[in-house]
Amino acid sequence: MDAVLSPSRDYSLIGRDSARAVETGLAAAEWYHTDIPRKDMKELMKRVDGPAIRDTAIWLGSMIVLAALGIALWGTIWCVPFFLAYGVLYGSASDSRWHECGHGTAFKTRWMNDAVYQIACFMIMRNPVTWRWSHARHHTDTVIVGRDPEIAVMRPPDLLRVALNFFGILDAWHAVIDMARNASGIVSAEEKTFIPEQEQHKVIRVARIWALIYAATITLALYMGSILPLVLIGLPRLYGAWHHVLTGLLQHGGLADNVIDHRLNSRTVLMNPVSRFIYWNMNYHVEHHMFPMVPYHALPRLHAMIKHDLPAPNPSILDGYREMVPAFLRQLRNEDYYLRRKLPLTAKPYREEFHGKAARAAAE
Amino acid sequence: MSDWIEACAADDIDEEDVIRFDHEGRTFAIYRSPDDEFFATDGLCTHEHIHLADGLVMDDIIECPKHNGRFSYKTGQAKGAPVCVNLKTYPIRVEAGKVLIQLGQ
Repeated sequence: MDAVLSPSRDYSLIGRDSARAVETGLAAAEWYHTDIPRKDMKELMKRVDGPAIRDTAIWLGSMIVLAALGIALWGTIWCVPFFLAYGVLYGSASDSRWHECGHGTAFKTRWMNDAVYQIACFMIMRNPVTWRWSHARHHTDTVIVGRDPEIAVMRPPDLLRVALNFFGILDAWHAVIDMARNASGIVSAEEKTFIPEQEQHKVIRVARIWALIYAATITLALYMGSILPLVLIGLPRLYGAWHHVLTGLLQHGGLADNVIDHRLNSRTVLMNPVSRFIYWNMNYHVEHHMFPMVPYHALPRLHAMIKHDLPAPNPSILDGYREMVPAFLRQLRNEDYYLRRKLPLTAKPYREEFHGKAARAAAE
Repeated sequence: MSDWIEACAADDIDEEDVIRFDHEGRTFAIYRSPDDEFFATDGLCTHEHIHLADGLVMDDIIECPKHNGRFSYKTGQAKGAPVCVNLKTYPIRVEAGKVLIQLGQ
């Protein structure tokens, strides 16, 4: 089978390529998994509260301290660094907390997962119901054109959009539009493709609650005659978004689409400890996709266990960008181009028919 | 009609764990709870075609390995998104160290 979908990809969830993915067996396919003994897997999947309680206390505690210092220094240039740091914890660390708690793996205690999930969803402006379902689809059909609602960089890449999203501009704008639409009682046709009917009323309820919170924040800002309330709530989604975009683009950027082997469409990148704290170890992205049940704090152990079967990780964020950005630029001229991952000699190949001749030619 | 089928030996399943049992084209999940009771359900998640036997057993919950959908394996009840449809359960008993499952019609 030829995986190339020339002349152009249709990313609509109700369009041509969506139907084609179902017909060809790319949708809801059986993905490759490295063999891990059940005993080891159980140990890796084991739930504990300790690491996430510690990290959440550092995360929210730091935000309170930074916000207090920023407020105390408001009106002077010295408030800027405190708000910049606060913004990253609000507009970027919330991305990984939303993600991990959405999987339900961060904490052993269910209500802790749910509480942090709701807080993080609000900060990152992702409706907790919509995005739980969209992310389930992302794991079912990772980077399958017409099926995956979370493809960050479509082909050919819209690099202006990517650049604007380092400041959250388009994402936040679309989030506001979606919130307004949902709050008015409308669930879109595309949302209906992955959110079951019995869940759709919850989308609307959350959107209405959030709309009230933002309305109250704006009212307070007007009453105070100061932008400060919005600098604390809402705007950090813009000025603090850069780190989650910086790391998030690396997850799948420039790699193959329409394959059913996460080793070929996902990227593991070794990172500094600060970025890994903000990102909650999602830099181990191949491992996460292959085994979504493994909590973030166990991903380094999982990586060590299966790295013989994975492409070599990128050694740094910079190295990841050095391969990804040229790939984006080539995709502007040839959208079928992608970075073909090299599996080590110790790795097992999988389903070559989905990684066919034409796809290989495009990668070369 | 009651069809009791031998699924496995009781010792094949660790406490608080699950194994897969395939029979006549169908697939089932056999559980051993932390208090040493045995249970059986359909083997595939009701959300998508994923084998629950690769998932995680925690107390009376089985969590799907793909999307973390959670069911009570004792009652089959779906415990929230992304699973909305309950899991079918089957009678089970242990005799002389063998785990028997009643599949019925």
